[in-house]
Amino acid sequence: MKIRNLSLALLGVAMAWIGATTGTLLAQNEQFFPMLVYRTGPYAPNGIPSANGFRDYYALLNARDGGINGVRIVSEECETKYNTKIGVECYEKLKNKGMTALINPFSTGITYQLIPKAPVDKIPILSMGYGRTAAADGRVFKWIFNFPTSYWSQASAFIRYVGKQEGGMKELKGKKIAHVYHNSAYGKEANPTLEVLSKKFGYDLKLLAVDHPGQEQKATWLQIRRYRPDWIFMSGWGVMNQVAIKEAAAINYPMDKFVGNWWSGTETDVIPAGDRAIGYKSATFNGAGAKWKVHEDILKYVYNGDEARARDNNWGEVLYNRTLVNAMFGVEAVRTAMGRYGNKAMTGEQVRWGLENLDVTPKRLKELGMAGMTRPVKVSCADHETSGPVIFQQWDGKQWKMVSGWFKPMRDVVRPMIEKAAAAYAKENNITPRDC
Amino acid sequence: MLYREAGQFKSSYVADQAIFPIAQDRVVVIGVLVFAFAVVPFIADEYWLQAVIIPFLIFSLAAIGLNLLTGYAGQLSLGTGAFMAVGAYATYKITTNIPEINILLVFLLAGLITAAVGLVFGLPSLRIKGFYLAVATLAAQFFILWLFNKVGWFYNYFPSGTITAPPRTVFGIMVTGPEASAEVRYLVSLAIVVIFALAAKNLVRGRIGRSWMAIRDMDIAAEIIGIRPLQTKLLAFAISSFYCGVAGAMMVFLWLGSAETEAFDVFVSFQVLFMIIIGGLGSILGSFLGAAFITLVPIFLTNAPAMFNVNIPIDLAKHLEEIIFGGMIVYFLIVEPNGFARLWQIGKQKLRRWPFPY
Repeated sequence: MKIRNLSLALLGVAMAWIGATTGTLLAQNEQFFPMLVYRTGPYAPNGIPSANGFRDYYALLNARDGGINGVRIVSEECETKYNTKIGVECYEKLKNKGMTALINPFSTGITYQLIPKAPVDKIPILSMGYGRTAAADGRVFKWIFNFPTSYWSQASAFIRYVGKQEGGMKELKGKKIAHVYHNSAYGKEANPTLEVLSKKFGYDLKLLAVDHPGQEQKATWLQIRRYRPDWIFMSGWGVMNQVAIKEAAAINYPMDKFVGNWWSGTETDVIPAGDRAIGYKSATFNGAGAKWKVHEDILKYVYNGDEARARDNNWGEVLYNRTLVNAMFGVEAVRTAMGRYGNKAMTGEQVRWGLENLDVTPKRLKELGMAGMTRPVKVSCADHETSGPVIFQQWDGKQWKMVSGWFKPMRDVVRPMIEKAAAAYAKENNITPRDC
Repeated sequence: MLYREAGQFKSSYVADQAIFPIAQDRVVVIGVLVFAFAVVPFIADEYWLQAVIIPFLIFSLAAIGLNLLTGYAGQLSLGTGAFMAVGAYATYKITTNIPEINILLVFLLAGLITAAVGLVFGLPSLRIKGFYLAVATLAAQFFILWLFNKVGWFYNYFPSGTITAPPRTVFGIMVTGPEASAEVRYLVSLAIVVIFALAAKNLVRGRIGRSWMAIRDMDIAAEIIGIRPLQTKLLAFAISSFYCGVAGAMMVFLWLGSAETEAFDVFVSFQVLFMIIIGGLGSILGSFLGAAFITLVPIFLTNAPAMFNVNIPIDLAKHLEEIIFGGMIVYFLIVEPNGFARLWQIGKQKLRRWPFPY
């Protein structure tokens, strides 16, 4: 009996103690970057390299340049397990911990949750190449940015790529394309574009959903065997990618006709399938490998030249490089804002201005040690997506290699769709679009 | 000492049938309510309201709903998540099509729709019992979520299949949508939960609740004394689903702001079931205690390393949290298999006899 009462009392005390959690505010002259990460759970294979990229870029800037124009960078991680509810809790916990520059949700589901909160909390969202595609319409989504390109643009670039491989867009008529997607807001994003384009070019489209977390896909691949698609496009994430590539290998699907989106093409996705993954392709907008100046600097300043430890931390992998790019965009936006408001920690509103006026030129990329690692970006008030081009890479068993040129998205198809979807959102939520 | 009922005489049937027959209980409950309504909105910051207290209230309501069905009427259900989804999607459909209706009224309408759905999936309960019924309700869970995922009409053909809470006001105050303050959403949730908990408490003390318990304890005996099993069980399903539906609507409209079906997956059903098992089957108080345990303890454990200034990697912290939380569930179930409500009852008994407990 004593134990019972004691344990209940202890629990009560513990509950009361949660009050002590609201930590102290950080110093005002430090720029705070909250980080929603997932280093555990079924999405950890992709979550870990992504989180490491952000972490190392911020650490590099602090060690090499003393922060951004002299303002130190502070960041704090919060584990979300890629779960939207925990993500919202993390956001609430971190948002007031310092001078928050912006938030990178790194999950389409969490981005959807945060989009309505952004204008209220005055914290801009940089959902780089993910999140709500309609947010590309800056007139309605003032606080959301998804440059350099979006899911819909990517899907149209994929179709253009297939057309080129088949020997012209006319050849698409009668071809069969399957879209294997994660059954969530994220996976469904590409569907409307693929449907519109299937009407335009006359290919046959089959949509195949894979439920969270994606470890069980036998039924999906049985359908693919029956359907015999000429091309497969995949929107997967986490453990789903590894499983899908293994399943495709198991049914002897020609790997060079199996193309992932840019979240389905990193080292951890293909290595588990071994040699059978050779030939698998994916879209991307950044280069793979530790061959840029920025990698040298990270090796020198963050890892003290210890290459083995850097490799253990995914240094140079596709997703790691992508989050370096993502962190760079965020930091450059802060720098742009500082150019106008002075060299001190920026508020969310000031960073929003910085994002909207961001212009990463080829020259600037070179200065940052990322020339050729990604493409220059120029954001505008109306266009938060910029319709950046997409490139296709292929796994050769050891590394990812670029196998195509840069493909322009079909802006003439995608932009009207974005404007229509944004207008519907504005109507539903009583938002008056601003003039740009 | 403080908790002694000596000298409290009841001179009427009304006094004898009061929900809280002991004066001290009444004082505590009223005190808690006054504190919750008048003090909490001023002392709690946004993180507390948004990430801790509002989810606790919503899961309490869902737990009460499931407790009516499982704890009182003895029908095991694994469809709670789906019924919450029905409530949420029904609210979304009604309020986007007819924005004029007061959002609180829409919650109730959505509850009624959920009740109707619950009735349909409760039909097999007449023939199948126990674990087999759990499997049948699990079918409801998967079917309903599949339906909401598949049929665009439910989410207004939105490309990503996400429903978003539009801004709605009650008496000129913004209640849902991003502009609604956490305090307002908290007060609305609290008011709904208090009213529904009171209704549930009265329901289970009355004729309906007693017939549910009779069915739970021995359905053949209940039938012999004149309780009609079909009506009673279906009523339990309907009322339980009503509660879950309102909880689901609150989840999207007062807490998350937007959601896809993943927010209502089978894990939610299990979570609510664990709440009532740990809190106490067949107890309204137990629903609250269980919801508090399942929603608050993980948050406490996540924040614990930072509180004690211990620096451990974030992934290790998460794994430790899961291990400790699982250990605590096992521990409490061994210490008291009948849940926190029973633990509280034992404590109460001891206090009454203090300082001579036996």
